[in-house]
Amino acid sequence: MNEINFTDPSPILSIENLFIFYEQNKPAVKNVSATIKKNAITAIMGPSGCGKTTLLRAINRMHDLYPNIKTEGKIKLFDENIYEMSTIKLRRKVGMVFQRPNPFPTLSIYENVIAGYKLNGIHMKRAERDQIVETSLRNVTLWDEVKDSLHKKGTFLSGGQQQRLCIARALAFKPDIILLDEPTSALDPVATAKVEDLLVNLKNQYTIILVTHNMTQAARISDNSMFMYLGELIEYENTKTIFTNPKDPRTEGYLTGKFG
Amino acid sequence: MDQTSNNIKINAAETLPDHSIQRKAKDRLFLLLVIVLSVITISIVVFIIGTLVFKGFRQINWAFFTQVAPDTFQAMMAKANGEIIPGGIANGITGSLYLVFLSSIFAIPFGLLIGVFLYESGDTKYANVIRDITDVLQGVPSIVIGIIVYLWIVVHVTHSYSVLAGGVSLAIMMLPLIIRSTEESLKMIPDTLKEAAIALGTPYYKVILKVLIPTSLSGLVTGILLAISRVLGETAPLMLTILGNPGINWNITKPVSAVPLLVWQFYNDPNMVDLIWSSTLFLMGFVLILNLTSKWVAARRNA
Repeated sequence: MNEINFTDPSPILSIENLFIFYEQNKPAVKNVSATIKKNAITAIMGPSGCGKTTLLRAINRMHDLYPNIKTEGKIKLFDENIYEMSTIKLRRKVGMVFQRPNPFPTLSIYENVIAGYKLNGIHMKRAERDQIVETSLRNVTLWDEVKDSLHKKGTFLSGGQQQRLCIARALAFKPDIILLDEPTSALDPVATAKVEDLLVNLKNQYTIILVTHNMTQAARISDNSMFMYLGELIEYENTKTIFTNPKDPRTEGYLTGKFG
Repeated sequence: MDQTSNNIKINAAETLPDHSIQRKAKDRLFLLLVIVLSVITISIVVFIIGTLVFKGFRQINWAFFTQVAPDTFQAMMAKANGEIIPGGIANGITGSLYLVFLSSIFAIPFGLLIGVFLYESGDTKYANVIRDITDVLQGVPSIVIGIIVYLWIVVHVTHSYSVLAGGVSLAIMMLPLIIRSTEESLKMIPDTLKEAAIALGTPYYKVILKVLIPTSLSGLVTGILLAISRVLGETAPLMLTILGNPGINWNITKPVSAVPLLVWQFYNDPNMVDLIWSSTLFLMGFVLILNLTSKWVAARRNA
């Protein structure tokens, strides 16, 4: 009912009847079904505790790390059930950027960008590595700021630069989808604007799913928006439509600041 | 209305000085107490090092590090002629280094593995049992460890007092220290870092080897150095395991000497008194260097 039916015959990502439990019989995500559009920014918004981060972290099976979390339902990436894929393959196709910048403190900026290859023991020629590092850093508009200090530790950068470095690290693996979990909540407005600009540029090459509790951010940069409340997907619409003409009273209540 | 608020002001103004005088007096008193107690603590350390330097420096020379301990006759003759005691503690120094080397080989891999296991297992029942056992092990008196290792190794394996037995007993003492310090320093790493590596598709064992261990390396090294400096001065278990050796020995199944053991032996020989102080000074200096190194390593982590 609240689902957009894109006419795309093989969607990049589709979520089917997904339930996620932290405790038995208390789902944090309840029966969510949605189809994500390719080369677009999809925002997931909602008040704290609505399950938006939980939903996002299911897409690259981050919940596998925590044995107490149970998942039911299906998530399909290019028609392939992610729960039947190897997590290594899945996470190469679905990159993730976290709430707080988390560059590897023992690695240099250069090594941080190619960390995915390094940690997986994938060897490349030097020229190829240099190319990936430069392209990824240019993609996040960090290249000009760090090109002379590539071999310094990534933790010397400012918070905003660190977050862009983390986005570059995710991009370097050439994923199809990038998941971002409130990527600007620890950043100042200037750094936030930079990250938002680069996300808009990146959607030509990648599919972006963004969790945000900042609805103006969703309005500014997303193409489609999901509104979640108490674990349910209440409304999933084109961003313009959801902000100007929400169908569900709960969406309207959230967007007009009655709760949240 | 105006009057009540005036009254309140006056009351407050009257009571305030009393309180502040009391507070200031208390503040002074506690400051004094803290200063006195810290001076006492500092002076204990200063007195220890000062006494050792004062009494021990005369014997510290090149021979002290390169020659083995003299026998009691040589020492007696030197004393009678008013010379310093010849020879040194090379047998003790080499023995101590050999012991530390062996016990590190035994304790470090086990300690790190169990520490990583405890960190990974979190609050599970099995892990908690191991934690409790580790705490018990840490509390076992060193002489008890000595007698048990005597039974295990000296009686049944090497059939002689041996450096192997000494190394095993010191390793048992190092183990709980390394386990706990490994777990604690891994716990300091934020989960987000682990998740960052996982999100890049890294297999879990590589997350441990390439992210967790390098990130906490300075903490791990600090823990190991402190464990070494802790066992370096142990004497009781060594009496029951390595026995002592007047010469330098590298055979793993034969007795060796160790610096703290030499101190004990010098103490029992009235002719050797001067060597007690220089050996103790050496031991103290060695432990001090290890402690300062571990502090330096720990400080580098925070830089």
